[in-house]
Amino acid sequence: MRALARPYEDVVVAAPVTVPYTRHSIHSAHWFLAQALAKLIQAAGIRKSDIDGLAVSSFTIAPDTAVGFTQHVGLSPRFLEHVPMGGASAIVQLRRAARAVEAGDAHIVACIAGDANHVDSFRLNTASFSRFARDAVYPYGSGGPNGSFALLTAHYMRAYGASREDFGKLCVAQRQNARANPLALFRSELTLEDYLNARLIADPIRLFDCVMPCAGADGFLVMRRATAKKLDLPHVRLLGAIERHNAYPGDAIQFRGGWALDQDALYDQTGLAPKDIDFLQAYDDYPVITLMQIEDLGFCGKGEGPEFVRRHSFTVDGSFPLNTSGGQLSMGQAGAAGGHLGLVEAIRQLTGMPLGAQVEKARLGLVSGFGMINYDRGLCSGAAILAAQGRGKRRKKG
Amino acid sequence: MNALPPQPPRAPSSRLKRRNPLVALKPPLVPPFARSRAAQGLTAAAALGVFALQRCEKCGAAQYPPRDACVQCLSPRLRWRPAEGTGELLSETLIRHGQELYFRERAPWRVGLVRLDCGPSAIVALHGDCAPAPSRLRLRLALDKSGQALMIALPEKDTPDMAEDPLVRETTCAPRARKVLVTDAKTKVGRAMVEALVAAGADLVWAGYAAPWKPSPHLEALGALEGVSLVPLDVTDESSVRELAGSIGGKVDILVNTAEYHRPGSIASRGGVATARTEMEVNYFGLLRLSQSFMAALKARAADGPASATAWVNILSVHALSNDPAHGTFSASKAAAFSLAQALRADLQASGIRVINVFPGSIDDEWNARVAPPKLSPAALAKAVVEALERGLEDVYPGEVAKDVMARFLENPKALERELAG
Ligand SMILES: [Zn+2]
Repeated sequence: MRALARPYEDVVVAAPVTVPYTRHSIHSAHWFLAQALAKLIQAAGIRKSDIDGLAVSSFTIAPDTAVGFTQHVGLSPRFLEHVPMGGASAIVQLRRAARAVEAGDAHIVACIAGDANHVDSFRLNTASFSRFARDAVYPYGSGGPNGSFALLTAHYMRAYGASREDFGKLCVAQRQNARANPLALFRSELTLEDYLNARLIADPIRLFDCVMPCAGADGFLVMRRATAKKLDLPHVRLLGAIERHNAYPGDAIQFRGGWALDQDALYDQTGLAPKDIDFLQAYDDYPVITLMQIEDLGFCGKGEGPEFVRRHSFTVDGSFPLNTSGGQLSMGQAGAAGGHLGLVEAIRQLTGMPLGAQVEKARLGLVSGFGMINYDRGLCSGAAILAAQGRGKRRKKG
Repeated sequence: MNALPPQPPRAPSSRLKRRNPLVALKPPLVPPFARSRAAQGLTAAAALGVFALQRCEKCGAAQYPPRDACVQCLSPRLRWRPAEGTGELLSETLIRHGQELYFRERAPWRVGLVRLDCGPSAIVALHGDCAPAPSRLRLRLALDKSGQALMIALPEKDTPDMAEDPLVRETTCAPRARKVLVTDAKTKVGRAMVEALVAAGADLVWAGYAAPWKPSPHLEALGALEGVSLVPLDVTDESSVRELAGSIGGKVDILVNTAEYHRPGSIASRGGVATARTEMEVNYFGLLRLSQSFMAALKARAADGPASATAWVNILSVHALSNDPAHGTFSASKAAAFSLAQALRADLQASGIRVINVFPGSIDDEWNARVAPPKLSPAALAKAVVEALERGLEDVYPGEVAKDVMARFLENPKALERELAG
């Protein structure tokens, strides 16, 4: 028997902000996170002291955590979370914040993520990413995430018959989506030929399969609907959310994530089905993981991802809009902000203020996060369904 | 250089390593060294050439990567046990842009994900002859250039020229096509060592000899062997050591220190300290003098192509671990040498030169004539050294006696001390 989570009562998400990404920056994580916070305050028209809850994610904030950051920026929150869960951090922050505002533990929670990117910081972070990585991955070619995802991609291709063209179609469609987004680091056209003939990085992964590490930050606010109305803030409702860590530890190699374990809980909590969803913001640090999310979130069966790709266009104006701002593959990966990118884009789409093109009549969006290749697989997964205000709530009777 | 005695014609393989003297030597690069304390268990197994994993003493689950608590039952009682080194390759990649310079220089680096038959999945370095996934593999623990354990996968069955794979070359110190200095070729062990190295395909063996006035019937025979060159070397004489290092130090790829002084006897049987002092002069200070004169040149050539400088071998004694009172002062000098060898290893680690310590029991020579068998023949000892070089081991316990003493030492050092006193 699965224990059903209590539905969310009147929790809304508002004020999506992005501190524009740059390839390298001499600024620190603190700088980017503080700018995200400033943008949240400005977007919501509130005072700094109105923020009484804070959730922070960053790989490069060391030796500080969220605790040190409060003193750095002079905040006195009564609810504080440090969420070191990489690309799943946005969903996890959202879940924690939602329950906090429901319970009255906080009134307005600022959820922020950001990272610095100095010239050598990626190598240094990879070398000491986790104990298992240091002991049992990094000494094997020091390929970092490229090496790990190459292994998962090669296996997925062999197991389910995915082709390079299938992955390429996703990347090309996302680049198409990015072309209207002024904040995307990559906006020039990408053809399937470009994708297929790009430089090999870690076979079968080539250049355009990989996100580019960059510096930047994203943020959003979580509050009760009444608060958002009082502030006159465009907002979206949180209908349901799941998270899971270290799912399926018995799988010899990762071919699915925690979503597969929890998708029923997500749809039961929201009274929705995959067919109701208007767009998907999937975690896309490599296209193979996007395919796993499409399968594990129930848009098709396990192993049917390649066939699903051949049936859809994934562009903003096509069938199954995916990563409508261009995703990390086109916008860049600002460290722990990688998972926030999809969430802020979902809020923007559902409030009619996208960075790029608008998904027509978007009412229900699904955002998915994935993070932390601790050893041989990503451990953290999460997903949330958001609804445009006044629509989209179709709860099951009884 | 012209101080060298006449040399035999070089084997053709020596051409491999002739490099342009105008091109600067590359500074040696090593792979990442940092590991958790638990992971050093893999290194200990690799040093002995054993495939071992942590196994839970409570529920029996094999663990990988190394842990501090059982992944199944949370028991902290995880013991390193020999494990079945077989598995199935599930996936592989070629890493073309590693983040460490060491891997960039050797790109592409072939890596696989393997399901071990004993349970866990492991990321491994793949030998070039491994068949694509899905395929069966043999797993080994090897020491990489930083001296840390690497899980490597070999094809299920041996293939021709397996040893030529870059992965094998990076994790071993084979004497083939290399130049080796044997510090004392006059002893039975030294002679066997020279012969074994020649047989293993060494490009050139310098056979050191001290005290030229003492007759040595076999030395001339050794010198007549193709690929052997006699060189004067007295490890008790600093200028002799320095002189030889000055003439051949920049060419030595492997140094095998066989110089040894051994006179059986207990403390009570010695009058004064003269014998003990000579033991220290050869066994301890000799190693120190060699280290001071040869270390820098070995380090400098650690990345000098496929036949680079690669290893330093010390013939110690298993009684370096626990004293044999019947050879009390000899054991003490070997304990001192062992301790110094650890310092030497630490010093050479950053350049990727391997220090191999060999811990024999009693050797079948004139100084152990009154020791009861089993004794280790010089030929068997030399064979163990060549094998250690070829397999890339770091700690070698050749023969039954050495293995027995080592096992007793690891199990209960105090008990061994009492047993040796009896
Ligand atoms: Zn157990």
